[in-house]
Amino acid sequence: MFPFDYLRPQSVAEAVCAHDGEERRYLAGGQSLLAALKLRLAQPSALIDIARLPELAGIHAEAGRLVVGAAVPHAQLAARSTIPALAQLAGSIGDLQVRNMGTLGGALANADPASDHAAGVLGLGAEIRTDRRVIAAADFFLGMFETALEPGELIVSVSYPLPRRASYAKVRNPASGYPVVGVLVAETDDGIRVAVTGAASCPFRLTEFEMALAGDFSPAALEGLTVPVDDLSRDLHASAEYRAALIPVLARRALAQGGGE
Amino acid sequence: MRVAFTLNGREVEAEVEPNTLLVALLREGFGLTGTHVGCDTGQCGACTVHLDGRAVKSCLILAAQADGRSVLTIEGVAEGGTLHPLQAAFRDRHALQCGFCTPGMVMSGLDLVAHLDSPDEAAIRHGLDGNLCRCTGYRPIVEAIAQTIGEKG
Ligand SMILES: Cc1cc2nc3c(=O)[nH]c(=O)nc-3n(C[C@H](O)[C@H](O)[C@H](O)COP(=O)(O)OP(=O)(O)OC[C@H]3O[C@@H](n4cnc5c(N)ncnc54)[C@H](O)[C@@H]3O)c2cc1C
Ligand code: FES
Ligand code: FES
Repeated sequence: MFPFDYLRPQSVAEAVCAHDGEERRYLAGGQSLLAALKLRLAQPSALIDIARLPELAGIHAEAGRLVVGAAVPHAQLAARSTIPALAQLAGSIGDLQVRNMGTLGGALANADPASDHAAGVLGLGAEIRTDRRVIAAADFFLGMFETALEPGELIVSVSYPLPRRASYAKVRNPASGYPVVGVLVAETDDGIRVAVTGAASCPFRLTEFEMALAGDFSPAALEGLTVPVDDLSRDLHASAEYRAALIPVLARRALAQGGGE
Repeated sequence: MRVAFTLNGREVEAEVEPNTLLVALLREGFGLTGTHVGCDTGQCGACTVHLDGRAVKSCLILAAQADGRSVLTIEGVAEGGTLHPLQAAFRDRHALQCGFCTPGMVMSGLDLVAHLDSPDEAAIRHGLDGNLCRCTGYRPIVEAIAQTIGEKG
């Protein structure tokens, strides 16, 4: 690791003030950032530790919504989320130790193309609340490791509307736990949502699947539907064709598993 | 910079660089070499310790992140020379061979003993996803943890 300074501000206002531009980075769980620093992929002049900020802690209910602090670790969300699909999703991330340290805000800001939480926020239609504005999940992910966050913008919490029912299914990379493909299906007050992660540079929704499920929220409704291979990723873990084949399988699995009983 | 935290029940202080990893401080600063480094990339779990009672990988944490918190390493698990029931179960069931992964396995196992209500094999195996062993084949490790969960009140 290159040398850097370490700062631990006491409030969101102090943290944002301490972030005087691109050279500094927020540190939450460090489960992605420290790995990147070890590889010398970044050379921040300082890390601003936001993991203990009280404004970023805790999970609470708000009229029809679940609001989760950005610094809530995956393990806490797995144990305490009142949205079962979100608990299941958080409990499937990485391994025990990563779930104990890694946070919701860190996972979103990092925007790994295979982030489980990306499917969660997009599939449930969540809002990402920052120190300065509210960003809809649909507007948040701009590309691989690229988000709508401005330099120094801090995620404070994520607000999930409570779905009527939802479920998440993924095929885990056996080495890391990251999804080769992950699919979240949800029936919400605003309609059906099907979100996919791990399959392309950004998470995306499958409108064709959503329309098919509108009349019949069951695995049978997806019979015969396929996904075009064109925009899907190919890497050492899977070909684009394999990912295309997995998506309908995982959508049906999620529906069978409780999303659509 | 200066860090102060609770280490195996004692208050300690140390002078570290901001980029010092917790595992380096434990091994080189405090001579607690029971916490192993297998990969240094967050994959193998040999460096697992507890931070405020939860298993974490000390090669993926800065010493600075432990400031003001509580750290437990394998050296702090036995009390007054008496093995913790999980350590005794590892010994009785031959849940180790070369022993390299063992401190990390025990620290993850202790997290599972504390947080799982029943000795469900699938849940234990899921909980050990972050710990690699190249010798035992995992079964005796899973059994030792299941036995200890079963025995807790
Ligand atoms: C072995 C291993 C396995 C993993 N498996 C999975 C998996 O299966 N699925 C999965 O989704 N992820 C997985 N991860 C990643 C894990 O979920 C990370 O915890 C997560 O991506 C980053 O969260 P963090 O809190 O550690 O963030 P950090 O590493 O501290 O930060 C990551 C980035 O986000 C920024 N940041 C952090 N918090 C905020 C905030 N509140 N506002 C703005 N910017 C912020 C930081 O500046 C940094 O750029 C794995 C990681 C490891 C090491
Ligand atoms: S040394 Fe930390 S996970 Fe391998
Ligand atoms: S006992 Fe040798 S690596 Fe596990």
